[in-house]
Amino acid sequence: MSSFNSIASLEEARRVAIFGGTHGNEMSGVTLVNLWVKNGAEIQRKGVETKPFITNPKAVEKCARYVDTDLNRAFTPENLSAPRGDNQPYEVQRAQEINRIFGPKGSPDAYDVIFDLHNTTSNMGCTLILESSKDHFNLQMMNYIKKAIAPSSCLVLLNEHPLLKYSTSRSIAKHPVGLEVGPQPQGVLRSNIFEAMRVILKHALDFIELFNEGMEFPSCTVEVFRVLERIDYPRDANGNIIAMVHPNLQDCDWEPLNPGDPMFQTFDGKTIRFQGSGTVYPTFINEAAYYEKQQAFVTTRRESLVASSIRKV
Amino acid sequence: MEVDELVCLPRLPRVAVCGGTHGNELSGVYLVRELLKMEKKVTKEEEEEEEEEEDERVSVLMVLSNPRAMLQCRRYVDTDLNRCFTRATLNGPVSDVAPYEITRALELNRMLGPKGSPAAVDLVCDLHNTTANMGLCLIAYSDCDWICLHIFKHLQREMPDVPIRFIHFDVSSKESYSLDSVGKHGFAMEIGPQPHGVVRSNVYTAMRVGVQNMLDWVRFFNSGTIFEGGFVEVFSMVKHIDYPRDRETRTITAAIHPQLQDRDFCLLHPGDPLFQTFSGETLPYKGKEPLYPFFINECAYYEKGIALSLARKRRVMIPSIRVQTEHEQESYVQEFTSEEEE
Repeated sequence: MSSFNSIASLEEARRVAIFGGTHGNEMSGVTLVNLWVKNGAEIQRKGVETKPFITNPKAVEKCARYVDTDLNRAFTPENLSAPRGDNQPYEVQRAQEINRIFGPKGSPDAYDVIFDLHNTTSNMGCTLILESSKDHFNLQMMNYIKKAIAPSSCLVLLNEHPLLKYSTSRSIAKHPVGLEVGPQPQGVLRSNIFEAMRVILKHALDFIELFNEGMEFPSCTVEVFRVLERIDYPRDANGNIIAMVHPNLQDCDWEPLNPGDPMFQTFDGKTIRFQGSGTVYPTFINEAAYYEKQQAFVTTRRESLVASSIRKV
Repeated sequence: MEVDELVCLPRLPRVAVCGGTHGNELSGVYLVRELLKMEKKVTKEEEEEEEEEEDERVSVLMVLSNPRAMLQCRRYVDTDLNRCFTRATLNGPVSDVAPYEITRALELNRMLGPKGSPAAVDLVCDLHNTTANMGLCLIAYSDCDWICLHIFKHLQREMPDVPIRFIHFDVSSKESYSLDSVGKHGFAMEIGPQPHGVVRSNVYTAMRVGVQNMLDWVRFFNSGTIFEGGFVEVFSMVKHIDYPRDRETRTITAAIHPQLQDRDFCLLHPGDPLFQTFSGETLPYKGKEPLYPFFINECAYYEKGIALSLARKRRVMIPSIRVQTEHEQESYVQEFTSEEEE
């Protein structure tokens, strides 16, 4: 356990990537990355190589989440170490290619930071997704972003759950950062959502530039929402959904859900209540892409993480 | 038209309620599934109860229009089913290699039509969702189909908490292309905003109540109720506006302006903000006439080159109506037949 007085000395973040189109119908990222591929002036920072990149071009062309399989679940050790071949699902081939360009995952040659841009149909606002509670660089970055956009809010979702954590495209980098902005329907570009994502990235890149220039970021606490469990829709014996997210829960991402609160509503109007043992904070409520992943929402609990003071080596 | 004119129209014994015409517009998918489940239960109960009055009885066909698209949760598999019901397509050649939706359109036309013939169902209600903030809209080709307009008036009265509007697309019956054009009367019931692939409980409930009220109206109508006429407000489609696009690649170069987003049916004046380019510039509406926008930022219309549609608001006078008596029905049929012979 690090003491509050110690400063973590970290390598400069020299190579940064911005991924769009990991899901081909999440339009903010697709649009931003295409813009920056044409003209990257906005994302340039002194001392940083920033590479905008469309990760799933075939899905983008079809305006579909994926072609064969979800790219954002495809970066497993099995897939990445499998032999190359045309018989592999398209997204597995893409994962291997992306691992060659921006990885290899877990090696010193991997990119320092990857921002992966996503949208959600859930009313999550601006959300930063953190994969490790011990990534002090990311924690400091997220603290910086939150302060920079205040009074607008940007929440941090921590997915460190041993079973629910998944192999994301950004997980190739030393410091993976997920950006999730909603609500936005799939296939739709809303200008307010687009601008919000753009502003967050601007602050993120500013942070990296400041860090690389030698700025020290003192220890701070960052409030995060830690993923607890996935809650599925009630289903019948054939696996068909028999109830919808309750109107009282719909759009109430990040608000407390207490035992006994309405959770689902059957098609004929009956209420099904939350049976948990304590208050949770639900999010990803009614995300379109998660119907097939058996997820109506995830529960989280609030935690305060301490980020060590950091400075470049 | 005389103010106290009473128009007598034929009974509506057969109504079709269609969901999943676009496989990812889920309110209709789930509602029709539920109605089919309930129908199985009710049929058992009905055998024990008294039958409905002969006149009132309505035969309701529940149809899941595009099962393959529904399975994949996509709008369509090969081509948009809801553009396949033109006379040209329906009378066209039958082919083994036809796009799935064309084959399906021919099947649906056999089931619910044939379009334009006396065998067609009396009323088609086709259920849709939109990502646009449109509330509940009835969309029809005619602004003088008194059945559709009276159903509209009835819904407005019975559902005062839901914004309900009537949209008229001025398309002749020769050129009509959607599923609802297969019935003798028909309309689409479009509810938004809802992302495709999602079921929102408030939207589902509005559709369930809307369909219930529609069927109730048909029963009242068939049993002889007189529905009083009056003025209704109708939005008549004038034109579409596409997104600004890059000349070479055709990719869009601007998004719906934040001040226009979600403001369906709020009057758009010349000079009002329309689009916002990715470099932050505002592009104004350049039309000469203030018009009412709708289908603002509908996901499925990007590929059809429509960022929004524009309509004029009009007041339409609808007459009082009631169902024809048997005697009136006979004379009507004779007239219909002799018109055809001419």
